[in-house]
Amino acid sequence: MLVLNHLWFILALPLAGAAINGLFGKRWPQAAVNSVGVGSVSLAFLAVVELVREFAQLPADKIPWVGNYFTWISSGASTAHPFRVDFSLQVDQLTVVMLLTVAFVGMLIHFYSTGYMAHEGGTYRFFSYLNLFMFFMMTLVMAANLIVMFVGWEGVGLCSYLLIGFWFLKKTAADAGKKAFIVTRLGDFGFTIGILLVFWTFHSLTFGNIFAQIAANPPETGILTAICLLLFTGAIGKSAQLPLYVWLPDAMEGPTPVSALIHAATMVTAGVYMVARMNPLFSRAPIAMLAVAIVGAVTAFYSATIGLAQTDIKKVLAYSTVSQLGYMFLGCGVGAYAAGTFHLMTHAFFKGLLFLAAGSVIHAMGGEQDMRKMGGLRNKIPVTYGTMLIATLAIAGIPGFAGFFSKDEILEAAKSGPNANVWLWLLGVTGALLTSFYMFRLIFLTFFGKPRYDERKVHVHESPRNMTVPLMILAFFSIFGGWFAAPHLVGGTDYFEKFLSPVFSAGTNGVAAPESAEASATLGMQLVHALTGLPVIVAVLGLLVAWWMYVRNPKLPKRVADSMRGLYTLIYNKYYVDEIYTAVFVRPLLWISTNVFWHGVDEGLIDGTVNGAGRVARESGSRLRELQSGNARSYAAWVVVGAVGFTVLLLALWAGVH
Amino acid sequence: MNAVPISYYLVLSAILFGLGVVAFVFKRNIITIFMAIELMLNAVNLAFVAFARSFNQLDGLIFVFFVIVVAAAEAAVGLAIVIAIVHNRQTLNIERVNLLKF
Repeated sequence: MLVLNHLWFILALPLAGAAINGLFGKRWPQAAVNSVGVGSVSLAFLAVVELVREFAQLPADKIPWVGNYFTWISSGASTAHPFRVDFSLQVDQLTVVMLLTVAFVGMLIHFYSTGYMAHEGGTYRFFSYLNLFMFFMMTLVMAANLIVMFVGWEGVGLCSYLLIGFWFLKKTAADAGKKAFIVTRLGDFGFTIGILLVFWTFHSLTFGNIFAQIAANPPETGILTAICLLLFTGAIGKSAQLPLYVWLPDAMEGPTPVSALIHAATMVTAGVYMVARMNPLFSRAPIAMLAVAIVGAVTAFYSATIGLAQTDIKKVLAYSTVSQLGYMFLGCGVGAYAAGTFHLMTHAFFKGLLFLAAGSVIHAMGGEQDMRKMGGLRNKIPVTYGTMLIATLAIAGIPGFAGFFSKDEILEAAKSGPNANVWLWLLGVTGALLTSFYMFRLIFLTFFGKPRYDERKVHVHESPRNMTVPLMILAFFSIFGGWFAAPHLVGGTDYFEKFLSPVFSAGTNGVAAPESAEASATLGMQLVHALTGLPVIVAVLGLLVAWWMYVRNPKLPKRVADSMRGLYTLIYNKYYVDEIYTAVFVRPLLWISTNVFWHGVDEGLIDGTVNGAGRVARESGSRLRELQSGNARSYAAWVVVGAVGFTVLLLALWAGVH
Repeated sequence: MNAVPISYYLVLSAILFGLGVVAFVFKRNIITIFMAIELMLNAVNLAFVAFARSFNQLDGLIFVFFVIVVAAAEAAVGLAIVIAIVHNRQTLNIERVNLLKF
C-alpha cells in the first residue's frame, strides 16, 4: 500500500524533475540533464506500476480509492452549501488505464527525446517543460474533483504552449503556440461555466459526491444537457474537434517528440478522458450524447478528407490525430465509453509511434518534412520503416493490429449499440476508408518509389539506438496492445471493457449490451464474420487504392488531381477554414483592438487621462509661478490678502455656529 | 472697579495694527517696513495685555514676553540682512531687491 497511501508521490517525481532541470540544468552537462529528465519519468512509471499492483489487491468496495491531502479552497462555510475544494486524488480503473498509458508512452518519448534533441540547444528547458507536462497530465487523470482536474487541464495547455513555441525565435512556432493557447481557451470558457453549473446543481465538485447524487436523485434532463454540452465544449477545444481543431495542425511547429507526446498520445485525449470520466452525467443527457457522437463522427470524416492531400508528413499525422479523436468521441457518444477509452489507449501507442517514426524520418532527411521530396527510404532506414509500417497497419484497422480491435468496437457500437445511428456509422466507415488510404499514401510516398531528394546532399542515416528502441517497443504494443479485446471477436467478453465496467456501469443504467445477433453461430463463423466486416474491407481497399496510385502508377495521382482541380484545391487548402476564421474572427477582432481599444481606449482615454493630469499641473503651475515676482511688496500684499481672507472665513464660520 | 473698558484697548490695538499693515505694504524703505512689523507686533502685544488684565489670567502676559523675545531676535537677524543688502546693492529700496523670482 506504499504508493496507494502516498499518491502524491507519483506527481512529485516529474515535478521535481522539472524543477531541477529548470533551475540548474542550464549549467549542467547534457548527460546530467538527460538523466534527470528521463530518470524522473521512469521512476514515476515504476511508481505507477507499483500502484497497479497494489490496486489489483484492493477489495471492490474500496474503489475508487481517494487520497485527500489538504483543503485548498474553502468559502461560505456558514452557508447552506459551502464551497470547498480539497486537493484530492483518486484511483479507479479508468485512472489506472490512463496513468499506465500516459506514464509508459511518456517515458518512451522521453527516452527518444535524448536522441532527437541531442543536437539542439536548450535541452534542459525542453526536458523541464516535458516533465512539467507529465506532472500536469497525471494530475488531470488522478484528480478526484473537477477543480483539481481543471488545474491539470490548464497546466497541460500551458506546457503545450511552451513546447509548441520551443523554438521561439521562429515566428511561425511562436504564433502556433499562441494559437493553440487561445483557441483551446475558447473551449475552456465553456468548460469553466460547466464546472460552475455542476456546483450550482450538485453543491459539490467531487466526482464521488456528484455521481452518488445523480444515482440517488437525478436532476432534470435539461440542466444535465446544459452541463454536458458546456463540458463537451471544453473537450472540443482540448481535443481539437470541429470547429476548434485548427490549432492542432499548427502545433506541429513544435519538436516532433512534443507532437508525439502532447498532440497525439496524451494531452489531446484529455477531452475524451473527461467525457468518459463524467459518463454518469452524459448517459442521462441523450441530446448531449448525440451532440458528442455527431461532432466526433463528422470530425473523423472531415479531417480524414483533409489528410488526403497534405504533403507535410507531420501535417498528415496531425489531421489523422484529429480524425482519430473524432472516433473516440463517436465511441463515447454512442455510449461505448470503454471502446472510446480503448481507442484512446491503442491510439496513444500507434500514433505516438507514427510521430516518433516520422521524427526519425525527418531526422534521417536532415530536417526535410515534405513527402514529395522523400521516397525510396525503405532500405536506408529499415527499423523506422518497419515500425512505421506496423503503426500504419494498426491505424488503418488491418486485423491483428491494435487499431483494428478498438476502431472495430467503436464502429460496432455505432452500428448496433444502445445509441446506434446508422448515419454516424456510415461516416465512421467512410472515414476509416480515407484513413487507410492517406496513411498508406504516406508510407508509399516516403518509403517506396525512387528517391526524389538530392542524394549527394542528403545523407540518409538510421537514427541512433535511443531513438529506435522506443520505436520498437511501441511497435510491439501497436500490435499486441489491442489483444485485450480479442475475445470480443468471437462474441466473448472483452477484458478491457470488463476491467472498466465498474466505472462505466453507472452510465449504462444497467442496460446490458445487447447480445450480438451471431450469438447462435459457431465460434469460427463469428471470427470469419468479424474479420470480413465492412471496416476491414474498407481498410484493405484503402491500402490497395493507395498502392495502385502511388506505387503502381505514380503518375496517376496528378491526373486525378487535375481532373478534380476544384475539389483538390479545396482539400489541399484545408477547406480554407483558417482563411475563413481569419476573415470572420481574427480580422474584425484585430480591427476592433487596433481602432477601438488601442487608439480609442488606450491612447484616447487612458493616455488622455494621464497626460491630461500632467498638462493641467503644468499649465496651472506656469500660471501660478508668476506670483513669485521677486517683488517683496507684492508678497506682503498677498500675505495681507491671505490673513484677511482667513479672518473673514473664521468669522463666517463663527457666525454660522452661533 | 472703575477701569477703562477693554474695547478701548482693542480699538487702539486694531488701529495700530492697521497702520502697521498699511506701512508694511506701501513703504519702500526696508527700515520703515521693519518698523511697520514692530508696530504690528506691539499692537498685538497690547491686545494680549488687555485681555490678560480683563480676564485676570497670566497666559496673555506670558505670550507677550515670547513676542518680545522673538521680536528682538528678528530685529537682530533682520538688521543684519539689511546691512548685507546695503553692502551689496547700495540701496534701501525694496523694489530694487527683486532678483529671486520665477
